[in-house]
Amino acid sequence: MHDTYLGLAAFAQTGGLILFVVAFLLVVAYAFWPSKARKKEFDDAANIPLKED
Amino acid sequence: MATQGTSIWSKHQIFEKHSYWLMLGILVMISIGGLVEIAPLFYLKSTIEKVEGMRPYTPLELAGRNIYVREGCYNCHSQMIRPLRDEVERYGHYSLAAESMYDRPFQWGSKRTGPDLARVGGKYSDLWQVEHLNNPRSVVPASIMPSYPWLAKTKLNAKHIGEEMRVQQVLGVPYTDEMIAKAQDDLKTQATTDAADSDGLQKRYPKAQGRDYDGNPGELTEADALIAYLQMLGTLVDFKLYDNQANVR
Amino acid sequence: MTTLQAPIQPPAKSLRWGEGALIGVFSLFALFSIVVAAKAYTPEFAFHAYLFAAASIAAVFAIGNRYMNRPAGPVPQFIDGKPNYNMGVVKFATIAAVVWGIAGFLVGVIAALQLAFPLFNFDLPWISFGRLRPLHTSAVIFAFGGNVLLATSFYVVQRTSRARLAGDLAPWFVILGYNFFIVIAGTGYLLGITQGKEYAEPEWYSDLWLTVVWVTYLLVFLVTLLKRNEPHIYVANWFYLAFIITIAVLHLGNNATIPVSVFSPKSYILWSGVQDAMFQWWYGHNAVGFFLTAGFLALMYYFIPKRAERPVYSYRLSIVHFWALIFIYIWAGPHHLHYTALPDWAQTLGMTFSVILWMPSWGGMINGLMTLSGAWDKLRTDPVIRMMVVAVAFYGMSTFEGPMMSVKAVNSLSHYTEWTIGHVHSGALGWVAYISFGAIYCLVPWLWNKREMYSVKAINWHFWVSTLGIVLYISSMWVAGILQGLMWRAYTQLGFLEYSFIETVEAMHPLYVIRALGGILFLTGALIMAWNIWKTITTPQTAAERELALQAAE
Repeated sequence: MHDTYLGLAAFAQTGGLILFVVAFLLVVAYAFWPSKARKKEFDDAANIPLKED
Repeated sequence: MATQGTSIWSKHQIFEKHSYWLMLGILVMISIGGLVEIAPLFYLKSTIEKVEGMRPYTPLELAGRNIYVREGCYNCHSQMIRPLRDEVERYGHYSLAAESMYDRPFQWGSKRTGPDLARVGGKYSDLWQVEHLNNPRSVVPASIMPSYPWLAKTKLNAKHIGEEMRVQQVLGVPYTDEMIAKAQDDLKTQATTDAADSDGLQKRYPKAQGRDYDGNPGELTEADALIAYLQMLGTLVDFKLYDNQANVR
Repeated sequence: MTTLQAPIQPPAKSLRWGEGALIGVFSLFALFSIVVAAKAYTPEFAFHAYLFAAASIAAVFAIGNRYMNRPAGPVPQFIDGKPNYNMGVVKFATIAAVVWGIAGFLVGVIAALQLAFPLFNFDLPWISFGRLRPLHTSAVIFAFGGNVLLATSFYVVQRTSRARLAGDLAPWFVILGYNFFIVIAGTGYLLGITQGKEYAEPEWYSDLWLTVVWVTYLLVFLVTLLKRNEPHIYVANWFYLAFIITIAVLHLGNNATIPVSVFSPKSYILWSGVQDAMFQWWYGHNAVGFFLTAGFLALMYYFIPKRAERPVYSYRLSIVHFWALIFIYIWAGPHHLHYTALPDWAQTLGMTFSVILWMPSWGGMINGLMTLSGAWDKLRTDPVIRMMVVAVAFYGMSTFEGPMMSVKAVNSLSHYTEWTIGHVHSGALGWVAYISFGAIYCLVPWLWNKREMYSVKAINWHFWVSTLGIVLYISSMWVAGILQGLMWRAYTQLGFLEYSFIETVEAMHPLYVIRALGGILFLTGALIMAWNIWKTITTPQTAAERELALQAAE
């Protein structure tokens, strides 16, 4: 069990760290990428609460 | 990259436009963490150490434990000593997983408005416990614990304790049919000083302490049960014999 | 003599399938409850069985009465081309939220006073601290927070789907059934009926009842989404859906018990010891994550854009925020069990994901705050916006503090201390309650067709009085917690523990008094809100004002 723990800790401090940092950067890039592809759709969606019926 | 990425990301529309897909997506996302963290606890043998001395609660201790739960003692008292220098010095050997293996529910707690109780058994006399429950400030002037004067005045209602043990047996607690059949007798035996069948009780529940706990031999009260429970907390495992390296694998 | 004209026959009214079935089910249930009450093991359980019987009989009469008074035809889904929204249930839950909120804050104040002055326990079993503290936590989380979530989810899902709430009796069953659950749970605590698991104290029969109510809630919400007249499901509804589904899963996992008997209030749980601990904090932490966070983030995503009259800052970010938050939150439970007998690997996983959780949390916070960009002046002019923005700021603060406290080194000091209580309240008072107050201040005029709240000045007073209360509360608990943690581990030069436990209790006293004062201020703020709501609903409007309100609602 102790080995499992050490293995997990070693992974968390190397590969895991890199993995999560890269994932985080990718996510941020996606969130702020100035893509036109779905811009109109997202703008429409974001305006749903403001539409009046 | 851009075109490929767009095509993947536009697939996300399925969640934005179909509530069933969204529901499914949510279920998958929330299942992973729970499964990874909980499921192994049931099959990894190292989760609960092998120790000598653990046994299920006697009927009286169980009744006392149910009063502990009923009064919400866990809101202020933990039963989990962490392996930190000050805690081990203040409360005793750090708690083992095995020590709460028969606890349904577990009562580790999350807050120490009062001290930890994992090893309170035997630290104070029965009389001190009776006085303390009745009015904590009579023995600890600065205490902020509520008084529980009704415990020593209320007759213990444990008519159905055998039934409760039966349910636990179904759940896997090693209560034998004999223990369940003798539940009412054991209850009274343990709450009586020098009782006739204390040998039988000892055989069924090693290390069970039997005596009148609340200083009122005439009546079996809630205080009897609760103090019986408090006085056995942390006393089952003999740490002189416990090898903490044996479980390192 | 023949009639010249056939009398106009009103369309024949007949009992709907659902009405008939519910009358049948409730009648049988009333009968069953009376049998259980007669054979109950304890008088407390008999009392609860009678409550179930009384409520069932009341339900039968209510359904019958409603049948007599309702028109024969089905409820129109649209009137003049506009969705015929079902706002009755929303109004009920909004008022219930305010009432339960005040009750819950009041019980919190009493509990705080009990810790400062044990005299306030009055030596009475049903109000001693151990029974009152679960009453406080359940009243504020499940009664106040729960009704806010019910009210706003039913409002938001209708408005953003442009469709009437699904079901006829079902929404009422959800709202009334949920509030009945609160009554059973709350009275149970006072009578000593508890499972002894934090935030999951209600016993097996309350849990079963809640399961039925909750599944109905999920169905009403889901079917409303299915019949929406808007191709896209708005992001607030994702958070509501995640909240509803996950709470159902957590509730079933952590309350998997076998009752001793159908006549006994007592049950024993399937899991024991270390496994039970892991289940409990998987549940406990995600009650925070999905009830108090995901649910209230849905409020943020609807009410802040609506009130600020501008769309959410980044819709893409909200998508990322959603998936990251629900995926990562579920892992964080073990940080409540650092250094305990839970295996180390589980603790490390819990800590790692708790730290990562900081990222999506702040992503969401940024999204909420930046919605205001270009309209920051509203912070000065509109106290409702201010309340909601401060809520998001508190959310950011607590979601920074949380990951920090889940680092094992910090946790070894903070665990078991008042620091945890301070952390919880910066989230509960600052985030959950403030975003709720903001939403209620928006909802009340919209629901009762008023132009604005009766007194904007009173909203300002509410804001400042309760903000002062929060500051007193959390700063006193921070000091108390850190002091307590340091005193427990303090050593003399000779290597002995420096303080006995009771000395650390004594050191808490002045801080407990300050905390109680903070609680009283927060309660005062809520009372101001209740008065303001009362006046808003009951003050008749001039014709001109009514005209304006109608325009605003359209």
